Amino acid sequence: MKHIISALVHNRPGVLAHVAGMFAARAFNIDSLAVGRTDDPELSRMTIVVLGDDKVVEQVRKQLEKIIDVVKVQDYTLKEVIAHDLMLVCVHASAEKRHEILALVEMFKGKVVDIGQKFVMVELADGEEKLEAFINSCKPYGIKNMVRTGTVAMGRLSTPSATEEL
Amino acid sequence: MSNGKMDSRLRGNDGGRENNTSASKNNSNSSLPIKTGAEIVVSTLIEQGVDTMFGYLGGVVLPLFDKLYDAPINFIIPRHEQGGCHMADGYARASGKVGVMVATSGPGACNLVTGIANAMMDSVPLVVLTGQVRTDLIGNDAFQEADTTGITRPITKHNVIVKDVNDLQQTIREAFHIAKTGRPGPVLIDIPVDVEVNKCEAKPLGEITLPGYKPQVKGHHRQITMAAEEINKSERPVLYVGGGVIAANASEELRTLAKKANIPVTMTLLGLGAYDQTQPESLDMLGMHGTAYANYAVQECDLLIAVGSRFEDRVTGKIKAFAPKAKFIHIDIDPSSISKNVIVNIPVVGDAKYILGELANEVKYKERKEWFDKIAGWKSKFPLQYDVKSPNIKPQYVIEQIWEATKNNAIIVTGVGQHQMWTAQFYKHTKPRHFITSGGLGTMGFGLPAAIGAQLAKPDMTVIDIDGDSSFNMTMNELCTAVQYELPIKVCILNNGYMGMVRQWQELFYGKRYSKSSLRNPEFAAVAEAFGAVGITVEKKSDVKNAIAKMLKEKRPCLVDFKVEREENVWPMVAAGKSLNEMDGLNIFERMA
Repeated sequence: MKHIISALVHNRPGVLAHVAGMFAARAFNIDSLAVGRTDDPELSRMTIVVLGDDKVVEQVRKQLEKIIDVVKVQDYTLKEVIAHDLMLVCVHASAEKRHEILALVEMFKGKVVDIGQKFVMVELADGEEKLEAFINSCKPYGIKNMVRTGTVAMGRLSTPSATEEL
Repeated sequence: MSNGKMDSRLRGNDGGRENNTSASKNNSNSSLPIKTGAEIVVSTLIEQGVDTMFGYLGGVVLPLFDKLYDAPINFIIPRHEQGGCHMADGYARASGKVGVMVATSGPGACNLVTGIANAMMDSVPLVVLTGQVRTDLIGNDAFQEADTTGITRPITKHNVIVKDVNDLQQTIREAFHIAKTGRPGPVLIDIPVDVEVNKCEAKPLGEITLPGYKPQVKGHHRQITMAAEEINKSERPVLYVGGGVIAANASEELRTLAKKANIPVTMTLLGLGAYDQTQPESLDMLGMHGTAYANYAVQECDLLIAVGSRFEDRVTGKIKAFAPKAKFIHIDIDPSSISKNVIVNIPVVGDAKYILGELANEVKYKERKEWFDKIAGWKSKFPLQYDVKSPNIKPQYVIEQIWEATKNNAIIVTGVGQHQMWTAQFYKHTKPRHFITSGGLGTMGFGLPAAIGAQLAKPDMTVIDIDGDSSFNMTMNELCTAVQYELPIKVCILNNGYMGMVRQWQELFYGKRYSKSSLRNPEFAAVAEAFGAVGITVEKKSDVKNAIAKMLKEKRPCLVDFKVEREENVWPMVAAGKSLNEMDGLNIFERMA
């Protein structure tokens, strides 16, 4: 099962290596890892998608908390969350098929960010299922290249747990 | 993380060659004293109460060693950085203080790796300082450069490279705080040589706040009450205690709890000394080479109270069959230890001293006659035994004689292997911090340097390294260190000319094919004499007692080479993957009895 864990960490050299190394050393499986700065320049946010049962994820959380440079860990597994990926896809788009692809982009609320003679580059930021659906819809036309950021997540504001979010 | 983005700590010092810039930039309007990085290291160590430390020189730590020249610190130079790290480790375990080790960059730092990993596995508080090449050379494969923080990251509780002298003092203070609080462990600080030379103002000691580090000391009260209720209900409880009880200085509280609630106590290898083994509640050690009565008691108990121990595989045997009839209470300061190897019913996170004290207030005395009778039956049927009538020197006999000659008044240190298990079994450990051994990592060669560290911590105590020939071979160069600093340590080698534990496994599991496990040793007594220590060789059983008496009187470092029975085995034994009640070696005892 996939679990989303969010860790607030000190923005220091070596912290990413520490977290990644801990995952490797303890044989935890990372599905995706997204890191970026927060509103506080001293802190970064890591969003880690982990594969494993509850026991494994519990250990992941505890081992993360054990790292001194990790300030706070939240497990979004059982919470209502907004979990999004950002994806760039280069889709084959010949002149006669281009309008079909643009319609698809429209339908998925994506954005065409670049156009070449044979390809369009589409940006799409959404949940896992939407992205997968878009990829599947594009496959018949031919996907030249694709890149994804990995999931980032935040707890839903409408749930009680929202008050404890940082 | 964001590679292009520089840590605020790095700003203002990326050149590294601009000596003194940090000072002139920051201190123009201040009356605080201006010091070099090296001076700050020394003054902060003294401020943190360091009076003894260990270290080996090298190019990039010369500015620091220059300031150590006339510092009021007893400085011990080992013959190898690994030895120095084990000395700091032995010092920390014997004294309860933080051990401090310094080494140079590159090879110096790399040589520390085994020592640091050893301290990490056994939760020993160390502060390790390493020199590093100049900040402007880092990453350029400079002479004697190694990525020390990268190499040691998984084997330290915390590590940090200090690239700005302004951060040095606080980093050292934080290192001591992190090393000794919570679950103790080694903290490494990597200091580039230009940071040792750069100047900044020395700030007075303030409060240390680390937002990502808040160890929980007090256990949750509801959990403690639940634990007490389970204890009061239980008919067949066992306390299973590990090194955490010793690290927390909680032996008194453990004793109070065990006596008040009337609970038998078994200890892990690192827990030995936490409970007086001469007391009737003691079940001695459990696990792979534990006593039959401890292992049976664990398998039969209805409540297992684990304190400062982590359900390691050498302790539990086959984990699924471990204590199958029991509910588990687990008291530990490290939340990640809880429910890592077994799922526990009542976890209590916090300091063992606090929690055991609270628990003792809430438990009631219960006679549990049936349970203690059952245990007494196992104790009389399956005591630890060996062939006492053998004309040869049995290693267990030597250890018994050392016990007879020293009783409670010695610190016993070991290497790793058969001799270590026999020392755990046949020496009666009665006090905390009196048995020092490498548990988690199982580091051969730990004994001699750790004994040197222990002797420095306790100059008036008798310190005996009970060692194996192969273990001793790994770090015997440190005998010069003992001679140089006139430390009256004793080394008793149980010399069987094998890597004994490996040979035992080869005998039992590889059809007696003793592949590469037999060694040609030097005459250890002659080696000791050459180092300037006293060397004694014992080849006859009748000479054992006299040799021990002579050794104990000796004021110089003294080594006794006991030529013991070569193919003696450690019994009982739970083979890897078996459950604790499936012990081998018990029938051998029955035949003998």
